[in-house]
Amino acid sequence: MARAIIVTVLMVIGLALPSAFAHAQPEAAASVWSEARWSPYVCGAGIGVVCWLAFLFSHSGIGASGAFAQTAGMIEAAIRGRDRVWNRKFYSETGPGVDWLWMLVAGVVVGSVASSAMSGSFAWVLIPEMWESAFGPSVLPRIATAFAGGMLLGFGARMAGGCTSGHGISGALQLVVSSWVAAACFFIGGVVTAHLIYP
Amino acid sequence: MLQAIWNNRPLQLALGFLMGISFGFFLNRAGVDRYEVILGQLLLTDFTVLKVMGSAVVVGMAGFIVMHRLGWVEYQKTHGSLGATVPGGLLFGVGFGLLGYCPGTMAAALGHGALDALVGGVPGILLGSWLYVISQPVWKRTVEHILPFGDVTFDELFGVARWKAALGCVVLFAALFGALELAGY
Repeated sequence: MARAIIVTVLMVIGLALPSAFAHAQPEAAASVWSEARWSPYVCGAGIGVVCWLAFLFSHSGIGASGAFAQTAGMIEAAIRGRDRVWNRKFYSETGPGVDWLWMLVAGVVVGSVASSAMSGSFAWVLIPEMWESAFGPSVLPRIATAFAGGMLLGFGARMAGGCTSGHGISGALQLVVSSWVAAACFFIGGVVTAHLIYP
Repeated sequence: MLQAIWNNRPLQLALGFLMGISFGFFLNRAGVDRYEVILGQLLLTDFTVLKVMGSAVVVGMAGFIVMHRLGWVEYQKTHGSLGATVPGGLLFGVGFGLLGYCPGTMAAALGHGALDALVGGVPGILLGSWLYVISQPVWKRTVEHILPFGDVTFDELFGVARWKAALGCVVLFAALFGALELAGY
């Protein structure tokens, strides 16, 4: 628990730092490190190599959604006491906590901060441009939609047993049938929803 | 040797963090942590997400098969059933479209300053995860028993050699990417 608080504080500091550099002019000497976008094939291959390392050194495929379920359990334990949460079948005997996957997701935030700070693309944005041009600058509709979307993501990922990373990449590369079915359903649900929002 | 590394918890936490940093860096540079790019994929106008996932699967699969042959890695499979995977996947998909990020890309979106992910997405995903956790016994008793497919893989399902199934998958992705580039996506 204490470790989680420390990591969270560090992440907040890490998130706050780049905003100081966000408006700094990038160096005149443009390098590959200051380019905002790389080829999707190169980035995908890079993620594939991260998968190799995860299987080899951590005996696990990469994922993301599971870390949020761990965090939810840690929050509930802090509010309602350990016993209630430790008795839930979902968590291991050690209860919810900071594990390899949790650290991986914390690392994703830090890696993205590093990448966007280096390329000068870091910016605090509350409402995405595309949303604003369709639905206006009002904050509540976007945040309520994001919150509802997050709820469905969290619930659906646990019911399906993984997310776009765990099923869509790690499971898919092992040719697991349930992962391909899950990934297909992610995109079917997403494509239909997106077309309803932006007809 | 590997077993000792796998069982060393502090080392694993550090390794997870380092791998996550690389993962997040690539997600940001690919642009898939942007609302416009994800929605573009779901509206079928921008195929960046599919290109990134497909390349990750192809490269990851090649390495996994070789390392598995050498006995360095083991399968890490998730069991599934039609009754849980399909509705869970579809609900996830609806959330994917509403939020405009998936769990991993949401973490990367936080990293470039997306406040809708921070203020809306994160509390939402925590609540949604928690709602599943507290209701899990119900789903374990019901939907998970509908047409279970366990952790079967395509090579087992079709009774073909693993490398052949993988090669087929690589060819499919290569054809897909070729078609996308030719069509100008």
